[in-house]
Amino acid sequence: MNTPSPPRLPVSLAANPRLSSWLKISADGYVAVSPGKVEIGQGIITALAQIAADELDVDISRVRMQRASTASSPNEGVTSGSLSIQQSGRALRHVCAEVRRIFLAKASDRLGTKIDMLDIQDGTIKGPGNVTTSYWELAEEISLDRDASGDTTAKPVARRSLVGRSVERIDIPGKVFAQPRFIQDCAPPGTLHGRVLRPEISGAKLGELKQDSAYAVAGIVAIVRDGGFAGVICETEHAADAALKALHGGATWVGGEPLPVESDLASFLKSQPADLTVIDTRGGAAYPAISRTIRRQFSRPYIAHASIAPSCALARWDGGRIHVWTHSQAIYLQRIDLARVLGLPVEDITVEHMEGAGCYGHNGADDVALDAVLLARATQGRAVRVQWSRADEMTHAPFGAAMLVEIAADLDARGEVVGWRHSIWGNGHTSRPDGLEPPKLLAATELKEAFPRLAAGNQRQPSGGADRNSVPLYDFPSWQVEFHRLLAMPIRTSALRSLGGQCNVFAIESIIDEIACEHSEDPAAFRLRHLRDGRARAVIEAATKRATWKSERQPGIGHGLGFARYKNTGAYCAVVAEVEAIGEVRVKKLTLAADVGEAINPDGVRNQLEGGAIQATSWALKEQVRFDRQRITSTGWSSYPIIRFSEIPDIDIVLIPRPDQEPLGAGEAALGPVTAAIGNAVFDALGVRIRDLPITRERLVDLLENAS
Amino acid sequence: MPQIRFRLNGTETAVDADPERSLLDILRSELGLTGPHFGCGAGECGTCNVIVGNRAVNSCDMPLWSAEGKDITTLEGLGSAERPHPLQRAFIAEQAMQCGYCISGILMSAAALLRQNPSPSADEVKAALDRNLCRCGSHNRIVRAVLRAAREMSAG
Repeated sequence: MNTPSPPRLPVSLAANPRLSSWLKISADGYVAVSPGKVEIGQGIITALAQIAADELDVDISRVRMQRASTASSPNEGVTSGSLSIQQSGRALRHVCAEVRRIFLAKASDRLGTKIDMLDIQDGTIKGPGNVTTSYWELAEEISLDRDASGDTTAKPVARRSLVGRSVERIDIPGKVFAQPRFIQDCAPPGTLHGRVLRPEISGAKLGELKQDSAYAVAGIVAIVRDGGFAGVICETEHAADAALKALHGGATWVGGEPLPVESDLASFLKSQPADLTVIDTRGGAAYPAISRTIRRQFSRPYIAHASIAPSCALARWDGGRIHVWTHSQAIYLQRIDLARVLGLPVEDITVEHMEGAGCYGHNGADDVALDAVLLARATQGRAVRVQWSRADEMTHAPFGAAMLVEIAADLDARGEVVGWRHSIWGNGHTSRPDGLEPPKLLAATELKEAFPRLAAGNQRQPSGGADRNSVPLYDFPSWQVEFHRLLAMPIRTSALRSLGGQCNVFAIESIIDEIACEHSEDPAAFRLRHLRDGRARAVIEAATKRATWKSERQPGIGHGLGFARYKNTGAYCAVVAEVEAIGEVRVKKLTLAADVGEAINPDGVRNQLEGGAIQATSWALKEQVRFDRQRITSTGWSSYPIIRFSEIPDIDIVLIPRPDQEPLGAGEAALGPVTAAIGNAVFDALGVRIRDLPITRERLVDLLENAS
Repeated sequence: MPQIRFRLNGTETAVDADPERSLLDILRSELGLTGPHFGCGAGECGTCNVIVGNRAVNSCDMPLWSAEGKDITTLEGLGSAERPHPLQRAFIAEQAMQCGYCISGILMSAAALLRQNPSPSADEVKAALDRNLCRCGSHNRIVRAVLRAAREMSAG
């Protein structure tokens, strides 16, 4: 007899099989759900509550979502990559299905009724003849301290009633009624306030530090210095700001690392020592029929996460134990880095998540947690809250990497693509805490016993980092894709929403548009002709239909199309942009069609797509980190402008229903396609191809002057 | 230190503090309010907005002394879960946020707009909110929510 192979558990559940780590059912009539993924404004908590309530057959008001903590939550790695529904959602659905079955089995014993005769309504378990019990009644008799078996099947789609509905987000009422839930609003009585001294000159080290005037500030508790790390601790925020200012006045900075020439990033990116990786190849032998090759170079600048809230954390030492409150996207990985820096076992550290503002990737959240821990060591027993300044947030948090992309497309005599080479130059897009040496936290590089700062690494395919979305989705007969990862990192880079996907899709979709237009083929038709995936075709067809693609021309107005399947494995998104280009570019309307598989909360999906589309518009038209050879000069909102209400396009979204398909994250799907669609619409309006982001008035004027 | 008096969310309030400190700092650290948020400290993002008199202003670069005798409303004074302001109801109905950190300032700007212009057009709403930044891209929902609240208020 063959032993049946153990059933395959969803990835998050396989890593955390204990049912009680995900779910607790209380005799008081509620269900506590503990996901390892965290709320970052994407509505994940509500979507997960919907999945749990649906699978358990309880009203959603009975579901209490617990904040993630290393003391109690499953370890789900990082909340990133639009994977929360795929990972946490699948695991939770599985857990709830299994818990439901465990309770049904117990109820069956209790009531003397066969399981398949039982029904559950809002936690009440009913059998024939009106016999009832409930989750709540059975809760204390059932231990969920057991591992998931994996042999339970979740409900069929048709029997799900909450999933697929636009349930209102459970975190929103608190946010409109000023009930504090942000970490920035958390300062329990007795909390002290810390500020950390950071250089304005990039890479400069702290030298002499005169502390007298900072110590003279009323309310100062301590000044901490450890090598190049220094900070103040005060009774109030006001005092902490004053003491930090005084400390700045007493600081001498030594050295620094020169920054690239901002106006010639392409030369910088191409001239650095780099690791070359061939990402993907297809075909091979050169096609003899190449009639000409179109080579184009595209670029994007460094982009800031630019969270509306500066990063913030609280930490408290009690003897050898440390408690940290953080808005990190990865509490367990942060804990490993903290332990490494402090030389303590991870068990001595509890890291607990609290919501911060939207981060869109790896911002200062993890760094500020170490800042708080280092300061709080000096105030044993009293929590220290550290909040960065706006300038710190804009200059010391990691940036989305600048990129240079070159595409060479070989065309045959009929203009068909027969060869394709896509080359990327830039820093890697990953320097998050990852559990590996050295720790990735900013202050770790400043301490007396400093850890080195490595050049950012890169996620491997299939998701990819800088190379995300660089492998063509079109069925060209041959291609080669390569990435030159820079080994120097004068400007610290890490994950920013969509990673390399934005620039790669911009490059691919721009050159596709160019090839189609040169041969007077409709760009939508060209794409459809090269796509076999029906779901890809469906979003292009839906977007162009909804936007009444290629309708009557109006002067100064252009339309452009952009398409991608995020990470080549995630959500599909096609976008038609309508721009007005008179003097400067104004995006008037974006029409999106998206296929995210099963949409757990359709309004949540739309919200994420809209947000991605607006952020992409902001990146495409306005955003670039400014710097001189010594320092980042984008220190605030006037030197790093982002899109404003008066500049926001209308957004129309077609969501293609796919309730029978695996759910795919929506938050990053729009970034590349929107950027590309805007660029192509600018060409449609003005007849010039803009290949360097952002699309500024100055760049357009240059292009138009050179074209005439 | 001189005592600064003002009316805060309908209540007479007196503060003994350095009059050069920002109103935001006083509201948050001395008076325990968390509605107004710190965003930039330079009056550039609007997340700290409060209503002074009838106008939405940045509280982060408003010195405490300038609050003397003023009528100040923060998000805490706009409404409550039990007695929500139409704007609060509308922001829930339109799910008009993602992270929500900027929303308290935006609600205050919107409330000030509706006091001055009870039936704004979409463009007027956008103009009134143009000094409020939202990084998540919830702008269109926010505009819809303000228009919804205006309709509800004018319907009585």
